[in-house]
Amino acid sequence: MGAVRDWLTDDAPASRLQAQAGRAWSIARAFGRNPLAMLGAVIIGALIVVAIFAPWLSPHSPVGQDLGSRLLPPSAEHWLGTDELGRDILSRILHGARITLLIVVMVALISAPLGLIIGAVAGYFGGWVDRVLMALTDVFLSLPKLIMALAFVAALGAGLQNAIIAIAVTAWPAYARIARAETLTFRNSEFIAAVRLQGASHLRVIVVHVIPLCMSSTIIRVTLDMAGIILTAAGLGFLGLGAQPPLPEWGAMISRGRSFILDQWWVATMPGFAIIIVSLGFCFLGDGLRDVLDPKQREGR
Amino acid sequence: MAADLSEPGAETDHRASDLALGLGRFAIVTLLTFLGLLAITFFIGRVVPIDPVVAVVGDRASQEVYEATREALGLDKPLPVQFAIYVRDVLTGDLGTSLTTGRPVVEDLARFFPATVEMATVGILIGVFLGVPMGVIAAAHAGSWLDQVIRVLGLLGYAVPAFWMGLVGLAVFYAGLGWVSGPGRIDIFYDGMVPTVTGLLTVDALIAGDMTIFANALSHLILPASILGFFSLAYIARMTRSFMLDQLAQEFVTTARVKGVSERVVIWKHAFYPIRVQLVTVIGLSYAVLLEGSVMVEIVFSWPGIGNYLTTALLRADMAAVLGATILIGTVFIVINRLSDLLYRVFDPRSR
Repeated sequence: MGAVRDWLTDDAPASRLQAQAGRAWSIARAFGRNPLAMLGAVIIGALIVVAIFAPWLSPHSPVGQDLGSRLLPPSAEHWLGTDELGRDILSRILHGARITLLIVVMVALISAPLGLIIGAVAGYFGGWVDRVLMALTDVFLSLPKLIMALAFVAALGAGLQNAIIAIAVTAWPAYARIARAETLTFRNSEFIAAVRLQGASHLRVIVVHVIPLCMSSTIIRVTLDMAGIILTAAGLGFLGLGAQPPLPEWGAMISRGRSFILDQWWVATMPGFAIIIVSLGFCFLGDGLRDVLDPKQREGR
Repeated sequence: MAADLSEPGAETDHRASDLALGLGRFAIVTLLTFLGLLAITFFIGRVVPIDPVVAVVGDRASQEVYEATREALGLDKPLPVQFAIYVRDVLTGDLGTSLTTGRPVVEDLARFFPATVEMATVGILIGVFLGVPMGVIAAAHAGSWLDQVIRVLGLLGYAVPAFWMGLVGLAVFYAGLGWVSGPGRIDIFYDGMVPTVTGLLTVDALIAGDMTIFANALSHLILPASILGFFSLAYIARMTRSFMLDQLAQEFVTTARVKGVSERVVIWKHAFYPIRVQLVTVIGLSYAVLLEGSVMVEIVFSWPGIGNYLTTALLRADMAAVLGATILIGTVFIVINRLSDLLYRVFDPRSR
């Protein structure tokens, strides 16, 4: 153990592998000293585990109706109670983790690369390319996100897939801004000039050398944005524009519980706690990542 | 910038020319962004899977009627021409007719918007009067348990769904404790009893001098406005804290402390004074976000505002109303955004 630690904390790493492992080690240690960040990591880890193993973790079927046990309060048999069709709320929330995870992963996979490419291209080329792309980014940035997502869903039609597209379309401008700012700081560096002199194309420089350097600030921002993305998705679900029944999407579950809020409070309340816990998890994780990876930006949001 | 090196006497000239430059920039950027907004709503209006002609004439119309309507709607013209016509229509206040209400969308918006403004305004007042002191206190006691509590409260503002909070609020404060009135803007038997002057029910009741109606309207307003206010509070407190921490680390603050100035004066005069421009920017931005956030809260509270109008229209595929409401909220959003930016540029010397 001691030898491994010495190898990791060596001031003069002998290989690229050792340097990278050492950096990862020091980041992990700094991260581990931040209790809220660790809590966030645990919550998101739990979300992923629950999403993968939902069928095995759930005590009941998420869609199986049992009209004999409608609207039962929380008990030993149904920990979080049952809904108006007698479905076990805990099992539905556990399966809902899959939908939530799908939404955040898909939105991140669509919007982050889009923003990265637009921002890196704008920053790298400068001039009129920069002006046009940033004008476009600013237009999107100064539009209200939720309203635009609503309008896009109205055009595309209700459904999980369209909700994901609508949210992604409104999420990318922040990443373009960040990628551009990062690119500007090293656009004129010697290593870029060196790669160009070796004959690398603009495309290669951007993809292989510029974008990787923008990654850490983008990842931080994406993590911090996740809470907002989850809330927007839940809002669309609440309005009936996101995931369609009988899918156990948390926002849609709250919407169905709305009619029973006064007498059977657990139907609408329980999925809300799931949303809050996961969103807080992403907030904690994002804050922690920012403090560790990018101390400059502390409290910058 | 070279201009910054000139003698201090030119300071007022700078501010005037900055203002002129800022105003020019403000006008151009606002106009471009507005056109961008219209381009998006135009695009959304054209890619809707419903045929806009069928939406007007119905699917049993004859071919001639269909063609005539198509021409009347200008759908036979090239897209850029259609867009130019669209922009002209919007600028002259023609947003089409709502299928749901049968009235021009502009009239509908004028009827529903005041309710949203009323709720968002009370919300931002709550957010400012609680959020700013909370941020200052958190910064003054950075690292203490008080700071942690305020920080977690702030993070909750990013993590709690507004519609869920509305439902829980109704269950607790209306059904459970009976402290506030339920959904809607006013009890049904008071509806329409004061003449509409501003469209803000509480203000209209005061103008009419009817305190009963004022109290009733307020008891309906206070819960949704507080919930909206909580979200702006979270953001405002967080930003105030971070601005204050920057100031408290400055040398002039240390100097003041060393000179023996009391901590209260240091915090509220030395440190707080310089951040007010930044704060106004933050408050402006959160007001814009509140107008948007009111959509979800309005639905839960059956509040007859723009958010309710928008979502009702959405569920009935009433695209003219949806896009009209989008343009209205988008425009207010853009203008507030840009005004905050202008203010910041003109009054914050560091951005010059």
